[in-house]
Amino acid sequence: MTSLGATRPIAGGTLTTYGRGLRGLTLATIATITAALTLVFFYAPLDSDQGFVQKIFYIHVPLAIVSLCGFVIGGLLAIAHLRTGDRKWDMRSYVAIHMSLIFSVGGLITGAIWAKASWGHWWVWSDPTLVSYLIVVLLFATYQPLRFSIEDPERQARYASVFAIVAGAFVPLNFIAVRLSQGLVHPRILTLSGGRLPGPMRLTFVISLLGIALLFATLWLYELNAKNTRIQLRRLRRELLGADAVRPLGRSAAPS
Amino acid sequence: MSLLASAPALPLHKAGPYVAAAYIVFVALILVYVAIMAYRLTRTERDLAQLKRDALSRRADAEPERDRETVA
Repeated sequence: MTSLGATRPIAGGTLTTYGRGLRGLTLATIATITAALTLVFFYAPLDSDQGFVQKIFYIHVPLAIVSLCGFVIGGLLAIAHLRTGDRKWDMRSYVAIHMSLIFSVGGLITGAIWAKASWGHWWVWSDPTLVSYLIVVLLFATYQPLRFSIEDPERQARYASVFAIVAGAFVPLNFIAVRLSQGLVHPRILTLSGGRLPGPMRLTFVISLLGIALLFATLWLYELNAKNTRIQLRRLRRELLGADAVRPLGRSAAPS
Repeated sequence: MSLLASAPALPLHKAGPYVAAAYIVFVALILVYVAIMAYRLTRTERDLAQLKRDALSRRADAEPERDRETVA
């Protein structure tokens, strides 16, 4: 699994590290987001219907798409955890869902700002796209309290994985249900038949989406690296100084 | 659709603050996240320094005992 992190043998076991490739990924993310912002404000034409406020589209939609994909990825990583029993997959699933929640908060807030500017309302309860997205976010918002409520780390990881799989499977089903619904306030810009975006807008959107996806991957790897380092440090303390030298962790939602 | 039709495009001076607010929210989220991670990194560095101090003091305590055993 060199793409997600390197696991190499050391005396007395194995060591998983996530730092490899992080610098390159960070530079690629910075370059892509800079390019995206340049395209948004200096290249993409003004929308004939919404005008300048349509520029929010290039941040709101990628945040929403990447957060939903992150929830699904969290579910897939949870499947790997249940299949292998290896706790590192639980950690990866946890961090993916954690990152997705942060991105979805961004998606909700930018969406509300756009709605206020475009429709005159911060929120429209009759729109299936908005409400279904909120349901998904609220569903995953219960993931951390669920973990926190279970003290035993093994049980916590197992139950959280089952939750992540079921909730992750709900995301595409929810998406299909919304697509099939009628009476939409939300415009349908992206479709399988090519969509309604003109070329420059489409290019700008694709670069923005790529930038946000890279940002997600970078922060995911960054947080995995930080959490893994703390765990390794704790193990090292136990090895060097004995179990008495390690403070008890206490109850936590994060994998330990 | 009626909602969209009744909401015409905002002029630039009115749309600008909304667009700015959306992008500021995005940047603020990232900055808050990075600040939290930086705080945690500082804590990890502090723990690492503590571990190093503990390991060195334990080695220093063990060495005189080893010397005494060698002499005996």
